[in-house]
Amino acid sequence: MKDTGMAKRLARDRARRGLLYFCAGLTCCILLTMIGEILYRGLGSLTWKLVSTQSSYLRNTIGILPNILNTLYIIFVALVIALPVGVGAAVYLTEYAASKRLVRVIEFATETLTGIPSILFGLVGMLVFLQLLGLQEGILAGGLTLVVMILPTIIRTTQESLKTVPDAWREGALALGAGKWRVVRTVVLPNAMDGILTGCILAAGRIVGESAALLFTAGFGFVLNDFAGSLQSSSATLTVALYVYASERGETGVAFAIACLLLLLTLLLNLAADRAAKKFKNREAPVCRKS
Amino acid sequence: MSEILKTEKLSLWYGEHQALHEITASIPANEVTALIGPSGCGKSTFLKTLNRMNDLVPGARHTGGVLYHGAEIYAPGTDVTALRRQIGMVFQKANPFPMSIYDNVAYGPRTHGTRERKKLDELVEKSLREAAIWDEVKDRLRASALGLSGGQQQRLCIARALAVKPEILLLDESTSALDPISTSKIEDLIAELKKQYTVVMVTHNMQQAARISDRTAFFLLGELIEFGSTEKIFSMPAQKKTEDYISGRFG
Amino acid sequence: MRKRKAALEQLMRMVFLLCGIVSVAFVLLISVYLIIAGLPAIREIGLWKFLFGTKWAPTFSEPAYGILPFILTSIYGTAGAALLGVPLGVLTAVFLAKAAPPRAASLLHTAVELLAGIPSVVYGLVGMILLVPAIQRLFGLSSGACLLAAILVLAVMILPSIVSVSENALRAVPEEYEQASLALGATGTETWFRVSLPAAKSGVAASIVLGLGRAIGEAMAIIMVSGNVANMPGLFRSVRFLTTAVASEMSYAAVGSLQRQALFSIGLVLFLFIMLLNAFLNLVIKKGGGRR
Repeated sequence: MKDTGMAKRLARDRARRGLLYFCAGLTCCILLTMIGEILYRGLGSLTWKLVSTQSSYLRNTIGILPNILNTLYIIFVALVIALPVGVGAAVYLTEYAASKRLVRVIEFATETLTGIPSILFGLVGMLVFLQLLGLQEGILAGGLTLVVMILPTIIRTTQESLKTVPDAWREGALALGAGKWRVVRTVVLPNAMDGILTGCILAAGRIVGESAALLFTAGFGFVLNDFAGSLQSSSATLTVALYVYASERGETGVAFAIACLLLLLTLLLNLAADRAAKKFKNREAPVCRKS
Repeated sequence: MSEILKTEKLSLWYGEHQALHEITASIPANEVTALIGPSGCGKSTFLKTLNRMNDLVPGARHTGGVLYHGAEIYAPGTDVTALRRQIGMVFQKANPFPMSIYDNVAYGPRTHGTRERKKLDELVEKSLREAAIWDEVKDRLRASALGLSGGQQQRLCIARALAVKPEILLLDESTSALDPISTSKIEDLIAELKKQYTVVMVTHNMQQAARISDRTAFFLLGELIEFGSTEKIFSMPAQKKTEDYISGRFG
Repeated sequence: MRKRKAALEQLMRMVFLLCGIVSVAFVLLISVYLIIAGLPAIREIGLWKFLFGTKWAPTFSEPAYGILPFILTSIYGTAGAALLGVPLGVLTAVFLAKAAPPRAASLLHTAVELLAGIPSVVYGLVGMILLVPAIQRLFGLSSGACLLAAILVLAVMILPSIVSVSENALRAVPEEYEQASLALGATGTETWFRVSLPAAKSGVAASIVLGLGRAIGEAMAIIMVSGNVANMPGLFRSVRFLTTAVASEMSYAAVGSLQRQALFSIGLVLFLFIMLLNAFLNLVIKKGGGRR
């Protein structure tokens, strides 16, 4: 009986291993199918004409240049505002915070923000920025909404980055009579730059893929605008454009072309984030600002 | 004094580095065999070859034979899990699972097919008694094993190893991380265990080896320098290197 | 000069403090606004009729504002996605952390990271073009846009979160536990399933919480595959979720109308749902996982 018991156990072991391989294989297949479909249906439509012109009803053409620009504008607006605030919050949490309770409250709030779905951010964004503050649908309102969404990412990566700066360097500067702000400005922040950069890139990646938060804050507009003009006029980003072209206009070729573009952008941003993260880990000697 | 475990010209490499050089040794049954020598001399490596735990190290390969009851344990098709049931191991740092005391001891039997509640209860009690820890834990079998002290955890690990009813017990410096009181408790335990089991223990504490083992093997730089009865090794070693080590001239 | 430096230091401390409490301010702002915007409609429609009414027809001559269809759809959709995604994700994580040869592991890693980076609209697009017609053909329906399609899309979307967090948790299990198990004569998979996974319990649970949170909050990926009719949920029926209800009607609900306000109320319900889900699951995790 001992022998068949062993044989059964070994058979079960092999079956379990097979199951693991199957699951991993399935996950791979899903990914390959997705990427395959996107490339297959999208690359053909991804023409230079598509990305360099705007849509025109008169000439019955489609161009996604406005959407590309809108996406870039909104990344800029969101980061320009979220970066200082986020880094500031992280600096407060790691360098200044006195009361542990306050730190816990802030960290809890930041955690909570990460759990809120983007459609709700869009809803509240619409209420606060459009209705309450009287802004128009546009990149500004959309960007402000995104600020709230990406703040936790920036705070978290900046915190991690700040924590890797050894206390010894801070103490050295303080012992020379420098005030805290001076220490932060000249010793801590310069050495945390790589990590902060990684956080920026990650945040940009999230922004590129965001859509639900922008539907009612940045709008569905397809008009080509310069930066200033887009701030307060309805502007569809690439993701929103994809949604419109696919479900309302039935232009699935265009939609897949946008999907290819989005995939490319996300891939590039991920690679950049990885490279920045590696540089950040390999940093050794302290960087010090002179004054 | 039958020999239960035997190696024949066993050499082992970790990648390019040769850790064991043609070790030929016979482990007698129902005795305590101590493996002594300075750090890095290969005694733990040798021990881990006996229950094929070296298989887990990537890049480990060997030549020569390891025979258990006369059969080569590295023969293709050998059931490693059955082997490890019969040759149990207790590690240097106590490593109880993050489960209850009961579940820790019952893990082995459950794995090997014992499911009946009554049988498991009996087995758990017997093993904990054999490991001289029953009285201390009998009222909290359901409590987490991690709540025990270091010495208790190590005795729990011994109980866990005994629960699968091995023939041989391999102890890899099992008391080196413990305080003197726990150490002496375990040493008493080993003296009891040899009546039923065969014990092979690695130790870098020579006094311990002299105290409780019947035979001693002295390793140096991956070679087996001398192997004989403990009494002889410690009073009249045949090799000069053995004598130097024992008298503290190095190591 | 020293006074100026001191004043600057004080100022910067204030600035950083303000930045710090911004997150708290935002959370409060969001909660307050959702409540302010969401309560009026609930008050007018009646809480019971709103939450448990089975008919949603705001534009009929006799309007009805019951959101039970949306609530149930969101629950079933999330549960369905979890049922499919969690086992697949956890097993893939076990593979990655324990069974995979190193090169396969890093390839699979890249694959999972790529999946994580794909925007939700793209998931919806692929679902719309691939999944929906397939379901239509396979089950002989008039349209393949249904709850099943949404569940499948959601399951794939939460896969990366579950895989990466679970994998980290499994890798963090101390080697000693696994060595002890193997030394007792257990096989590899027996060790992984009976020692490693239980030891990684709280990490795996955290990954599931993460996945569930994503699933229940998703809108764009499923709006293109679920059909968008306010039906009581059925696997092959066209359905609307709490999220897609808000997304689809907001653009044409007249400002100030009860319909629009009811959409805000749906947002409020969704918010409360997620807060409760997180609180509940965190409680369960703490009870189950923390024994030390």
